[in-house]
Order: sequence, then structure tokens, then C-alpha cells
Amino acid sequence: MNTRVGVVLFPGTNCELDVVDAIDGRGGSAEVLWHGDDTTKGVDAVIIPGGFAHGDYLRTGAIARFSPVMQAVTSYARAGGPVVGICNGFQVLCEAHLLPGALQKNAGLKFLCETVELRVETTSTVLTNRAEAGDRLRIPINHFEGNFACDERTLARLRADDRVVLRYMNNPNGSLDDIAGICNEARNVVGLMPHPERASSTLLGSADGLVLLDSLLAAAGQRATMTA
Amino acid sequence: MRFVARIDVSHLPGVLDPQGATVERALPALGYHNVEEVSIGKTIRLVVDATDAEAARQQVKEMCERLLANPVIEAYEVTIT
Repeated sequence: MNTRVGVVLFPGTNCELDVVDAIDGRGGSAEVLWHGDDTTKGVDAVIIPGGFAHGDYLRTGAIARFSPVMQAVTSYARAGGPVVGICNGFQVLCEAHLLPGALQKNAGLKFLCETVELRVETTSTVLTNRAEAGDRLRIPINHFEGNFACDERTLARLRADDRVVLRYMNNPNGSLDDIAGICNEARNVVGLMPHPERASSTLLGSADGLVLLDSLLAAAGQRATMTA
Repeated sequence: MRFVARIDVSHLPGVLDPQGATVERALPALGYHNVEEVSIGKTIRLVVDATDAEAARQQVKEMCERLLANPVIEAYEVTIT
């Protein structure tokens, strides 16, 4: 059976079909999880895709955190289930306290839509287990609020625990310590601003996102075997 | 009793304030060269029904911690009238 990946859909999410397409293209079986349902439907991994969940009113991700599905995602994450938040999904995971820190407005106050170069900093996460440390990946970003911020203690812990997953080669948004993606302590929850699903084919200008999607599918497959 | 709560949300000290920084750079262009420490936040106003002002303040502070502000990057001040 194919590895099942749940893709969360809030009102205002707009990248869910791209993610579904990319996951299916790698041999996974993606299904959309509606935000109003308090369940992850027994999937093997969860992706919170990009967009503007609940209009991003108040703060990005602030309202989405209270959607019924997030209770299920939180229990799933705490039980070790692989969870990845892309762009707005990263913001939602921070607001839900599944990841530390916050994403605030880009330093230059510009909406950024461009392909950036990233460096893989650790391979011991559900999103990078198929990559090599030091790998350079070209993946698009598409955000106004991708400027990672946290207090000094949190940053020191992230560094000491090797929890910075991806860094920008040329920091586009003012992110603290060039951070493009981080993971939680258990390394099963990862948030990143760049969109791997938009770098899933050379037709799109880059296929560098595939190693990340394949990593997640590998982690999901492992979990499926464990819980079977 | 009905109380009006005003919540001023601002950046925590040390957290970059891109809007404040941009406005601070724009003001000298208009001839205001004596301006510094520009900071941009937001104001939330709401009416709350509570037994007294202290109860209203406590409840609004709880709302701030849980939703209205993000304590990771934001500070807030509650005024009850």
C-alpha cells in the first residue's frame, strides 16, 4: 500500500493541490484533511501547506491554530508522527507551539517570490534524511512574513541541538541566523519557508525539492511499518 | 459591568521592527531629521462584561497570552476604562 500523506486545508490555504500533486508524483498517496475535522485519519505523515489560513488575520497562523484539525495534528506530532509545515504551515506550527520562535515581516517589507539557494544543515530529521549535510538546494520562496525570530536562549538551543534544518545562502528576508527551516526536539516536526513542492520537476526550474519530499515519504513509510 | 479594554501590542525589545525601521528612514526625506526609535504596533479595542475592572483586566490579559499577542515577539499593555 502507498504511504498516506495528509495535506491540511484551512480556508485560505492555496498550495494544497501542488503538494498533493508532488506527493503523488513521488509514489505517495496524498489526501486532503479539512481543518474542521478533528482527525488526521490515520495517515503516515501530515503536511501543512502554504497559503493564508483564515486570511492570516491578527497574525499569520494565529487563528488556524484553533481549528479542530490542529488538535489532532498536535496529538499526532506529540506521538512522533512526521509533520511538515511549508511557508504558512511553518507559521501555523510556530503559533501552535509545535515549533519555537515566530515568523515576522520580511526585513525589507517586500513580498518575496524568487528561487533561493539553501544549505542542508542536518540530515537527522523527517524532511532531510535522504539528503547530505552541506547539500545546496535551489527552491522557491513566496512570502511576506518569513523572517524567523526567537529569543537568544531559543536560538542557542536550536544551534546546540542541531535543529536548524536549512539555512539561506543569501539571507533574503532578515531571518535570524539565516534560518530557513527548523525542527522540534524529537526531530519529527519540521517547518520551512521555501516550497519544495514548487521545485519538484525540472519543468518548474528545479527538482531540488524532491530529496525533501522523498525524505518525508521515507519517514512516513517507516512510521507506517512501525504502527502497522 | 461593561468595560472598554484597549490593548497596545508592540514589538518586544530586541526584535526587529521592519515597519518602524522603514518609517524611520522615510521621515528624514520629509525634512524630519530629529526623529528616532520609531516603532509600529497595533491597537485592539474590545468591550468586556465583567464583575469589576480587575476581573476584566485579568481576562483580557489571558486573551492576550492565548491569542491577541504572540509573546515570542510581541509585548502588550492592557488599559481598562
